[in-house]
Amino acid sequence: MTNTELRPGGGPTGSEEIGPPVNRFTQAIAHVLADLGKNGIFLALILVIVLFQVLTNGILLRPQNVSNLIVQNGYILILAIGMVLVIVAGHIDLSVGSVAAFIGAVSGVFAVKMGLDWWLAVILSLAIGALVGAWQGFWIAYVGIPAFIVTLAGMLIFRGLALVVLGNSNIGSFPTEYRALGNGFLELAPIELGPRSSIDIITLVIGLIAIAALVVQQIRTRRGRVSYGQDVEPVGWSLIKLALIGIGMGLFTYALATFKGIPITLIILAVLVLIYGTVANRSVFGRHIYAIGGNRHAAELSGIKTRSVDFWLFVNMGVLAALAGLVFTARLNLAGPKAGDGFELEAISAAFIGGAAVQGGVGTVGGAIIGGLIIGVLNNGMSIMGIGIEWQQAVKGLVLLLAVAFDVFNKRRSGVR
Amino acid sequence: METSNILEMRGITKTFPGVKALSDVTLEVARGEVHAICGENGAGKSTLMKVLSGVYPHGTYEGDIVFEGETLSLSSIRDSEAKGIVIIHQELALSPYLSIAENIFLNNEVKGRFGLIDWHQANKRAQALLARVGLREKPTTKIMDIGVGKQQLVEIAKALSKEVKLLILDEPTAALNDEDSAHLLDLILALKEQGITSIIISHKLNEIKKIADAVTVIRDGKTIETMPKAEITEDRIIKDMVGRDLEHRYPDHTPHIGEEILRVEDWTAHHPQDPNRVVVDNVNLSVRRGEIVGIAGLMGAGRTEFAMSLFGRSYGSRISGKVFKAGKEIRTRTVAEAIDNGLAYATEDRKVYGLNLIEDIKRNVSMASLKKLERLGLVNDGQEYQVANEYRKSMNIKAPSVLAKTGKLSGGNQQKVVLSKWIYSDPDVLILDEPTRGIDVGAKYEIYTIINRLAAEGKGIIVISSELPELLGICDRIYALSEGRITGEVPIEEASPEMLLKYMTMESPR
Repeated sequence: MTNTELRPGGGPTGSEEIGPPVNRFTQAIAHVLADLGKNGIFLALILVIVLFQVLTNGILLRPQNVSNLIVQNGYILILAIGMVLVIVAGHIDLSVGSVAAFIGAVSGVFAVKMGLDWWLAVILSLAIGALVGAWQGFWIAYVGIPAFIVTLAGMLIFRGLALVVLGNSNIGSFPTEYRALGNGFLELAPIELGPRSSIDIITLVIGLIAIAALVVQQIRTRRGRVSYGQDVEPVGWSLIKLALIGIGMGLFTYALATFKGIPITLIILAVLVLIYGTVANRSVFGRHIYAIGGNRHAAELSGIKTRSVDFWLFVNMGVLAALAGLVFTARLNLAGPKAGDGFELEAISAAFIGGAAVQGGVGTVGGAIIGGLIIGVLNNGMSIMGIGIEWQQAVKGLVLLLAVAFDVFNKRRSGVR
Repeated sequence: METSNILEMRGITKTFPGVKALSDVTLEVARGEVHAICGENGAGKSTLMKVLSGVYPHGTYEGDIVFEGETLSLSSIRDSEAKGIVIIHQELALSPYLSIAENIFLNNEVKGRFGLIDWHQANKRAQALLARVGLREKPTTKIMDIGVGKQQLVEIAKALSKEVKLLILDEPTAALNDEDSAHLLDLILALKEQGITSIIISHKLNEIKKIADAVTVIRDGKTIETMPKAEITEDRIIKDMVGRDLEHRYPDHTPHIGEEILRVEDWTAHHPQDPNRVVVDNVNLSVRRGEIVGIAGLMGAGRTEFAMSLFGRSYGSRISGKVFKAGKEIRTRTVAEAIDNGLAYATEDRKVYGLNLIEDIKRNVSMASLKKLERLGLVNDGQEYQVANEYRKSMNIKAPSVLAKTGKLSGGNQQKVVLSKWIYSDPDVLILDEPTRGIDVGAKYEIYTIINRLAAEGKGIIVISSELPELLGICDRIYALSEGRITGEVPIEEASPEMLLKYMTMESPR
């Protein structure tokens, strides 16, 4: 019987609720608390940063290390962006590490053995990544084999193919432009500030432009909401948040400017975050991903072409895995057989730490990036402290478990599902 | 105290939050008889049987169950089975990948030495049980390899293995063909000879007349009457089942019927897994602008299957037939195509098929019509909010804002979100499958008002419902469906529950 679903009087309603007297102050406090709850993962990142800043005696946030953090984790973050979308749609991709290794090897053939122009090698490599994704997407979307199986097979297949392409040797010494993907910096106008220290004006300008763009975008969103009659958050809280984020970005920019400038990897990442953030939030395709993850049947019966969405999701994942492979290979200046080992697990962890739900339907690109940064700071901080790889593994596993447990607990408390 | 009754349920009242499912129900079953229970969908039959079998444990209902002179306080199905009460549900509870013997002794395994399962013994005992129910299959055959009629017999063999005294069968023949049905009914009579009492819940009045020694009719959670064998007539059962006040539960509706908007010709669909089984059989129907057309049918008649196969082939295999909109043939091979051609289908199970429960009202309303809000591939958020908010007001969706998650809304409000989604897709024809299932009376009235408004705007409406009074209250014309075929078409002026039930239970001359 479906009667158990019934609630007397038509269930919870907005207008009939009797609560404590409401005034602007309590409303504002309630909003701040709700917002902090929603952004718990962001607070967790700050906490981890502060913790390791103390534990490493301030080494963590030194300009060189900040720059390193981004470059060292760039490929994981790139994978996490694609992975979170795959997870939102209710799938998983275990093959990304192997695909990254395979594409790294293929790009070595193009750029080193065949001596193609670096840009042509990059484009061809990304195209092969798309083909790999199309292969897996075909089995998942059109044959109906669970993604777990298809990509588990892909993990073996593309690891094997990577070894075949490499032919029992490493491929190395890539062209300079190619290496810039992983090692390059955008430093155009450094100004000497004394012996062994300089600051890059262009980096500062770009940082300031980014902050300004953020402020403008926030104001526009707010205006838009007001004009459509939506509720907006209290002005004070908005300003505080904006100020804190602005200061954070400012310090980050300063750190980069005083080291070597903006890493090329960061530029790639920033572009990806902008594109995929928009795709996830505002595009029709993104909406379809969330609709499918939330309720596949309902999505199908609403006219959403679920198979095609699944297929393109994996094509996209293939391209991003290829890009991650290029960045990693560029950074090492070497395409080797062990490349990409365990990347899939870090990317999946990043997505889940960032709040994605195992059942699908929930997760954000921003969350995955923050999740990836948490893992990155843990890796980096523990390495600085000289903690062995064995304990690093254990700690990361524990953090993943706790993050998801916290999420489950939080949802149960708020009564979602 | 010895009595001739094996079972007496006295004053059973079962309340769910906000709904009284059973109210002071009395049921007396004599030892060794076949006792039929009749009632419309939602009358409370299944709830009563769940109380009897311990699904709803002692203490969650009021009243007494006296079985073989002993007052029972059951806390689970295991308890009731220990007493010899076994229920076989409509949806069979067999594991398809296990063998017949494994299923029969599931959770009741034949233990040999060291507490390990003695398969030899189990298969031997299963063989004997299969012989008793007249099933000629090996005990090692997998359930997935036998038809649903034989599976039903395995369920009965399983019940026999538990030393059953009172066997409850919930719609046992609903999914069976004539031959299997006849065999099953004979088996029930044979078990009666062996002293096993049966309670059979059925819609098929001819079957009841054939095998029942007594019939109890339940309506709106109350016992109407129990008639002994001599007094059983189909007319009396039907009258007991439907007789109720139909006034003032439905808003006034003055139809303004225009030209034909949808016509379906020779629509046939087969079962998705069993492509030889016809589920929708040569259905022809039409809807005109401003008209509310009902489809009546019992469970398993193929109503939902018809609607879903029509709506983008969302159900079934080997689908054939033609669809015309305003006289022009249209294609509805995919859901997107059906929507583009002006069809909309609100599913019977809004939680499983209708809504994304973890998303807000806004995104659910826009889900089928993102094209309208899109420019260059991007969705206009603000406009989406505005649209959803307009529907929240016009449909009276009770929620603090359109950003509320639909999973937290009541059934009635969820249904209004589903309707908003489809109305926003601007269809010419809306198919509403059980639009008021699981919704309280007040919200039902609102849904009916919305349906009337849509008809008044010139849309064609098809309402599928298990509740005859609902169809009679809101429709202009009603089709009756039985075993996938249209068995009757009745204008509302001539329609009566008795007449519809007769069409709905009509069996095909095979």
